[in-house]
Amino acid sequence: MNISRAVSDVGRYVNDGITRLGYASRFLFLVIQASGICLRRPRLVVHELFFIGVLSLVIITVSGLFVGLVLGLQMYNVLERFGSGEAVGMVVALSLVRELGPVLSALLFASRAGSAATAEIGLMKATEQLNALEMMAIPPISRVVAPRFWAGVIALPLLTAMFNVAGIFGGYLVAVHVLGVDAGTLWSQMQDAVNFRIDVLNGVIKSVVFAIAVTLIAVFSGFSANPTAEGVAKATTQTVVTSALVVLGLDFILTAFMFQGA
Amino acid sequence: MVEFQAVSFAYGGRKILHNINLKVPRGKVVAIMGGSGCGKTTILRLIGGQLLPDTGDVWVDKQRLSSLDREELLKLRRKMGMLFQMGALFTDLSVFDNVAFQMREHTDLPETLISHLVLMKLHAVGLRGAAQLMPSELSGGMARRVALARATALDPELILYDEPFAGLDPISLGVTGQLIRKLNDALGASSVLVTHDIQESLKIVDYVYFVADGAVVAEGDVASIQNSSHPFVRQFVDAKVDGPVAFHYPAADYRTELLGGEP
Repeated sequence: MNISRAVSDVGRYVNDGITRLGYASRFLFLVIQASGICLRRPRLVVHELFFIGVLSLVIITVSGLFVGLVLGLQMYNVLERFGSGEAVGMVVALSLVRELGPVLSALLFASRAGSAATAEIGLMKATEQLNALEMMAIPPISRVVAPRFWAGVIALPLLTAMFNVAGIFGGYLVAVHVLGVDAGTLWSQMQDAVNFRIDVLNGVIKSVVFAIAVTLIAVFSGFSANPTAEGVAKATTQTVVTSALVVLGLDFILTAFMFQGA
Repeated sequence: MVEFQAVSFAYGGRKILHNINLKVPRGKVVAIMGGSGCGKTTILRLIGGQLLPDTGDVWVDKQRLSSLDREELLKLRRKMGMLFQMGALFTDLSVFDNVAFQMREHTDLPETLISHLVLMKLHAVGLRGAAQLMPSELSGGMARRVALARATALDPELILYDEPFAGLDPISLGVTGQLIRKLNDALGASSVLVTHDIQESLKIVDYVYFVADGAVVAEGDVASIQNSSHPFVRQFVDAKVDGPVAFHYPAADYRTELLGGEP
């Protein structure tokens, strides 16, 4: 009896998950279909870019700086055992550009901007503001969701770039000014090791994929939230948790395709 | 302006409305009354085309809603204004911008003209002086009046009110009721009020439909409603605790339940 219940529970979870994925895919299609407004009225996207992107700058750059500082310290200690402490710049830059930059920026972005977007859209639903738009003959998907979606897709790759710059600067600070690595050697090794197409471009592709995934999860969770205080709280949590899992899963898949033998 | 022809509607398997027939003539204010959960708000959503009936037809401005495509429905909604129960003002916009919202979205009017129109609409509801306040700075009654100004921003032909009197103090109640009547007459519009506040409604409406358990149980003009002997109408008019609308939610026999199931 218990086994059959467990099997039916698993079946129900899988079924619900697939149904929700189907709804999210259809939602993405509707958002893209309704995106004409973002070209006709770019100010709507710019307005959201400020809230989603500019206001996330502090947490992204400070986190990037600290990640770079820690990476510099840790990597130098390991590399020094093999007498190649100068390679620290190269290791920091590759780690950041290929993996840590896109992944950590996406996780921070989901926590800071994604959860805010979910809560805002969820509350608009709970207070009938989305209904009001609908009755004013203004489709909420085009007026509320599409600008936030495209602002997220534009903002995250730019924030990732800021994260990488801050991280590399952090690595430079700790390596050159604390550990005494020669600045010229650090920069030249980094320049030699980082390939624009393999490392930088793939990092950008990763951040664009993460941006689409995280922003879609955020706006979809808000739009499909139950219109109650509990429903909005649940949707906000769901945005952060689902985004984290999806980003980590996607990162593994993308890394497997992008960096085979590189 | 609005006509329901044998409309039935169910959410999933749960029947909400059953064989509803009603008419809202042009220029009239019509109230739809009934207890909580009787399907009143569903009627408004059917008029707005947010829901479609399972059987029967809903006609608005001589157009059958179920045969309209999305674009045609949006076009029809531009002729409607709706006042939501809690106002549903956009919390990130000022009072002025809330009222200007539809004008900016749907018209190419210059900003100077929009400004004049917004102040005129706010003046009509007595809140021209509150134009620069944010919705969070308004009282419940003021928010309802701003929402009324917003609902009439584009001079709609049909105005829908979802519980316009809920949660208002006696002064705001009277003000809101008078505004509903005056705006309807000034705009030459038709209004549908969904409410359970019978005393306030009877002062301003032309016709009343009573809905219970998803069906129209009584209807008539104000005089006939006040003199009606229909038990449901009487319970509402006289505000009786018990009657056709039961005080107790359906439950097992109290004595049996107290004795743990023993009869």
